[in-house]
Amino acid sequence: MINSSLKQLGTLLAEKKISSVELTQQFLDRIDQHNPEINAYIALDKEITLAQAKAADQRIAQGSATALTGIPIAQKDIFVAKGWQTTCGSKMLENFIGPYDAHVIKQFDTAGAVNLGKTNMDEFAMGSSNETSYFGKVQNPWDRSRVPGGSSGGSAAAVAARLCAAATGTDTGGSIRQPASLCGLSGLKPTYGLVSRYGMIAFASSLDQAGPMAKSCEDMALMMNVMTGFDERDSTSLQREKEDYTRDLNKPLAGLRVGLPKEYFAEGLGADVAKVIEEAIAEYRKLGAEIVDISLPNTQLSIPVYYVLAPAEASSNLSRFDGVRYGHRAAQYDDLMDMYCKSRAEGFGAEVKRRILIGTYVLSAGYYDAYYLKAQQIRRLIAQDFEEAFKHCDIILGPTAPSTAFKAGEKADDPVSMYLQDIYTIAVNLAGLPGMSIPAGFTQTVDGKSLPVGLQIIGNYFDEARMLNAGHAYQQVTDWHSRMPEGIA
Amino acid sequence: MSLTTADVKRMAHLARIEVSDDDAEATLKKLSGILKLIEQMQSVDTTGIQPMSHSQDLVQRLREDVVTETNQRESFQAIAPAVEDGLYLVPKVIE
Repeated sequence: MINSSLKQLGTLLAEKKISSVELTQQFLDRIDQHNPEINAYIALDKEITLAQAKAADQRIAQGSATALTGIPIAQKDIFVAKGWQTTCGSKMLENFIGPYDAHVIKQFDTAGAVNLGKTNMDEFAMGSSNETSYFGKVQNPWDRSRVPGGSSGGSAAAVAARLCAAATGTDTGGSIRQPASLCGLSGLKPTYGLVSRYGMIAFASSLDQAGPMAKSCEDMALMMNVMTGFDERDSTSLQREKEDYTRDLNKPLAGLRVGLPKEYFAEGLGADVAKVIEEAIAEYRKLGAEIVDISLPNTQLSIPVYYVLAPAEASSNLSRFDGVRYGHRAAQYDDLMDMYCKSRAEGFGAEVKRRILIGTYVLSAGYYDAYYLKAQQIRRLIAQDFEEAFKHCDIILGPTAPSTAFKAGEKADDPVSMYLQDIYTIAVNLAGLPGMSIPAGFTQTVDGKSLPVGLQIIGNYFDEARMLNAGHAYQQVTDWHSRMPEGIA
Repeated sequence: MSLTTADVKRMAHLARIEVSDDDAEATLKKLSGILKLIEQMQSVDTTGIQPMSHSQDLVQRLREDVVTETNQRESFQAIAPAVEDGLYLVPKVIE
């Protein structure tokens, strides 16, 4: 049951072989058993969760179920959910109870899915290891001494340890794809603007995008059908026809032009990861894909550009946390200015403060042109690299991350080396393109642990159905995605 | 260009984050590393390149100026640190 696809679970529910209450309870029991160690969840509310499951059972009985009715989904704690503790991984919001539902939460609710709980994450989604969470680090289910990646590390660990049927994540520079890679699951960051950001706590608004994290591409296609769609409450939400993301899943791949960017296979990529990725590419060749060499010459620049734009946007977005309307307020202060400064000093963790300070610096008088404007210009060059590449190929394949999961603490004190984790994922956000990561195999550690490797698939704008097709075809001829870590049975 | 602790304190003040002298020193080291990374941008000639803020180069969508939300003062104030008579409380700013 715990390894069943969303479609299989839907069939079991429809045929009344199991009720949503039973299914939900089974996952809640698993959470009770494993979460004290893995720490994938920040907030649980069994009363709300089981009430939703009960309502789903009634809906199924009435014959008005959708594909996800009754299915327990974990929600990243970045989404405001009515009546739920919503912390964004920060002390700043430790006592914040959501007064309304984010669009994504509402969409799942309308579909009849069950909210299983809120998952752990790097504080305000700033991190690649889940170590910046105020609520403690998350263990990687494949090797408990290693990080799950970040910032959607709790969602990734929850899916990997089968503590939910599927989960949501958000991705500003790789926060869905990198943890999906490190924990051995499938994760998709859609084209910017497809999923409403309403009620999704903002980090860098021109880059933030929510997406599914699940066991397979088929599961993600079903979730995309629920998550996407125009929402007038998000000024960047795109007005487009509703799509069925499952429509092309079973198309043959013959003739698909697959681009391999030479910069993604250059220095910096771990040899063991490279080997797994090359085997995956060979599999695509067998499926009939045509391999094309391409170049994304400005790849290296994506990190400096990102670390100007994202902190600049974050410093603006996070100015709302002033201890007045919501969030942490210091217990003692002299005057209003002192209240702001102390509340923010106490409420934010070290990495969040660093990024606010960098953002403040690059936006400050006299530096704007040299940093912010320059970064926006190079951002266009990066987007043009992809535009050129997609003249020669339909999708781009490469590694999601340069290495497999690293040890907790290994990079925690060195922000720059942590930032380099996202070298293959950040450019996709800057260009606003869709990108996903799917399990492509394992490397072995010296102490005999298997660590998952993620294959990244980058598509052109709005080409998610084709990417899911490419991922699904691979998942029909491989079984990496259905393997489970030891010790979670 | 290199950063000083005075710069760190100035940024912290602009960002309304209190920092102690020790913190400023430790922060300086980490911020300098990040700024060094950012400096890589300066090697690129960007003359004449249009800055990009949105991938689809969209313009701001506008809506009719009509009421769309209902009053939810009570539920929003329920999560505020300090309120009284429907107002948010802050330290006295006007003598």
